[in-house]
Amino acid sequence: MITGLVWLVTCQAVGEVLVRLLDVDVPGPVVGMILLLVVLRWHRADDDHPAVLAGSRLLEHLQLLFIPAGVGIVAYGALLRADAVPIAVSLLVSWLVGIVAVAAIFGGLRRRHGRRLARRPA
Amino acid sequence: MSDVVEWARTSPLVFIAATLAAYQGGCWLRTRTGGHPLAQPAVIGIVVVGALVVLVDVDYAAYRSGVEVIAFWLGPATVALAVPLHRHLHRLQGLVLPMLLALVAGAAVSITTGVLLARWLGGSDVIERTVAPKAATTPVAIALADDLGGIGPLASVFAILVGILGAILGPWLFRALRIRDPRTRGLAMGAVSHGIGTSRLLHDDEQAGAFAGLSMGLTALATALLLPLLAFLLF
Repeated sequence: MITGLVWLVTCQAVGEVLVRLLDVDVPGPVVGMILLLVVLRWHRADDDHPAVLAGSRLLEHLQLLFIPAGVGIVAYGALLRADAVPIAVSLLVSWLVGIVAVAAIFGGLRRRHGRRLARRPA
Repeated sequence: MSDVVEWARTSPLVFIAATLAAYQGGCWLRTRTGGHPLAQPAVIGIVVVGALVVLVDVDYAAYRSGVEVIAFWLGPATVALAVPLHRHLHRLQGLVLPMLLALVAGAAVSITTGVLLARWLGGSDVIERTVAPKAATTPVAIALADDLGGIGPLASVFAILVGILGAILGPWLFRALRIRDPRTRGLAMGAVSHGIGTSRLLHDDEQAGAFAGLSMGLTALATALLLPLLAFLLF
């Protein structure tokens, strides 16, 4: 468990250092995720790899980790009520258009790609 | 007696215990209801703890710093999204370009529709600027909204709300639109509902969750790159 956590935290720390050195608006943990992916590919990691074990355990409770920031909703109650309609409609409709757009574009390109592969002589 | 109440209203120990217990209750309810879409442990936790914070009149800033030991693990957990991705990466073969095109378009659509809808419905300028980066994962949304002249912490609230939308409505929407491919499901979910949507998919279908994690990371990147350009056109 500890070896795995060392991998996770170290990847995040290196990610944080990189985004500061490169001065980009990307969160350190996202860069850390890419770094850990490189490590896991490099090690040809199977399910016994310490980072895989610790990472899987942590991800089982991913939802817990959003509660602290989510409770912040109560701190903005007045602001949210003041602009309730534009906020609610904008979040809901923009979410819907976004998820459908990505699914339609990727789904469409994926099927074209599939047809191209199928046409290729074996 | 009032000493005890005062201690309970300010003690990180109580905040952490309440947060863990509310989450545990949410997990129990999810199992009991056979995975009902509304029974998302994060949603139940936020509602229960949020209600307690209001009822007992706890200062949110005190709560937030008290539960930092929980929030801290969001960073390593984001790194850990590489694990399911590593397991399913081979299924992305030949689809990298379609994925990048879909995610860049998705980020542009999310930013533009969010801002324009808020404007047409009479939202204030600061709300428009705070809504813009909502599809990016929470820490990125905060930083981008601040840069754009919005309210950072409110941007994290918006990001969490669209995350919850994905966790509750996403799988239902996929069924309604007959989207069955787990890669398509994952990429679409991660592009609009980042970590919270990802956690719902991870629980239901690891392969879809793996692509949601990847999509979340790339969408954060795309939003960070596109927002300054689109802001030039939108504001």
